[in-house]
Amino acid sequence: MNGRNDKILIALTALSAVLMMAALYLALMGAPSANLQSETGRYAQRIIYFHISTAWVGFLAFFMTFVGGVGYLRSQARRWDILALSSAEIGTVFMLGVLVSGSIWAKPAWGVWWIWDERLTISLIQFLVYVGYLMLRSAVEDPTRRARFAAVYGVVAFISVPINFIAIRLWRTQHPLMFGTEGGGLGPNMMFAFFFCLATFTVWYVTLMGHRIRLEQLRDQAEAIKQTFMD
Amino acid sequence: MSYAKKILAIVWKDVVAELRTKEMFSAMFVFAVLVIVIFNFAFDLRVSGERVRQVAPGALWVAFAFAGILGLNRAFVMEREGGCLEGLLLAPVDHTAIYFGKMFSTVLFMLVVEAITLPIFTAFFGVNLFDLRLALIVLMGTVGFAAVGALLSAMTAQTRAREVLLPILLLPVATPVLIAAVKATAGILDGQSMAELARWFQLLLAYDLIFPAVAFMTFDFVVKE
Repeated sequence: MNGRNDKILIALTALSAVLMMAALYLALMGAPSANLQSETGRYAQRIIYFHISTAWVGFLAFFMTFVGGVGYLRSQARRWDILALSSAEIGTVFMLGVLVSGSIWAKPAWGVWWIWDERLTISLIQFLVYVGYLMLRSAVEDPTRRARFAAVYGVVAFISVPINFIAIRLWRTQHPLMFGTEGGGLGPNMMFAFFFCLATFTVWYVTLMGHRIRLEQLRDQAEAIKQTFMD
Repeated sequence: MSYAKKILAIVWKDVVAELRTKEMFSAMFVFAVLVIVIFNFAFDLRVSGERVRQVAPGALWVAFAFAGILGLNRAFVMEREGGCLEGLLLAPVDHTAIYFGKMFSTVLFMLVVEAITLPIFTAFFGVNLFDLRLALIVLMGTVGFAAVGALLSAMTAQTRAREVLLPILLLPVATPVLIAAVKATAGILDGQSMAELARWFQLLLAYDLIFPAVAFMTFDFVVKE
């Protein structure tokens, strides 16, 4: 661990904190209210700034797990496995966030906590895939085998995502549209808040990745030190 | 020996082992029937008469999927318990031949179980499932399910959790197969035309092509020491 990386990480953490404050302000107060009838609806609509940003990070994290998996299978280098693992753990948390914030929004918007809408369904399956990925990791003791298995599952699962999405979309189109796109379009001022939140969450993701990767590297170092004393 | 012959040899080995023990087949078959019986009780409270048609495809495919998981679990755990996986890996064949051998033997076992389960299902649920197109759906769905299943089963057999882990890894990845198979089966029950069913066939075909290819590329990493 060198000092320069630590300084970058501290700076990123501070930047995330500042951006998050601004994003909170924009999402809750800065952005104009949506053109909706009910007051509850107008408040509830504001969740989309964080909801969609969370979903974006969830899928981005999953993509990085795939990248880490492919990298590991090609090079067998530990750093790719660390990337995949860190991204999967962070992605799981964000995907859970998507499901929870989606349900909170669905209640006032659609009157139910959950519908088998294509995006909700794919998010849920995505979350379950992540959980499976982490369970697979915890069930293998040998580190290189763990990394290989996780990489293979990461690749298989990632390839299944678009097919899953197509399947769910085809499945849903057989039903009539249950709700309009009321309040779905964003005005120009809302767009700014929206992209600001998206950027904030991306920075936050990078920061969390930095911390998680650092933690895993320190763990490896501790393990290596332990080994030298044992020998 | 050509590549196809090597695959056939592995399938044949599995078939002979199964014919002598009959442990996998009997377990899969009894389990499939039990799932149907359990579903019958579960639905009986609310669903009757004509509405059975609406739940029948789902019940059928859940039975197939669960029986398939049971068979897939045995496919590699059996080899490990007997210490035969090492022997298979030492054989002068490409490792992917082992994958395809296991996949085809799983497909074969599942198809036999499904062929016997379908008439029973027809009798229990009172829906007519004798249709050539349905046979094609069952075949394509089974191939897709076994294609991912054989790859993941090779992995989970080498983990601490073994049998527990396979459904957790397999089911989220196999949802497209289940969605397509259930919708296509339902379409046939509803008397839809081939044109209406085409997209589900396309989806199954895509799945049946993509995942064996993915497994072909990654299987080496799963079995190498």
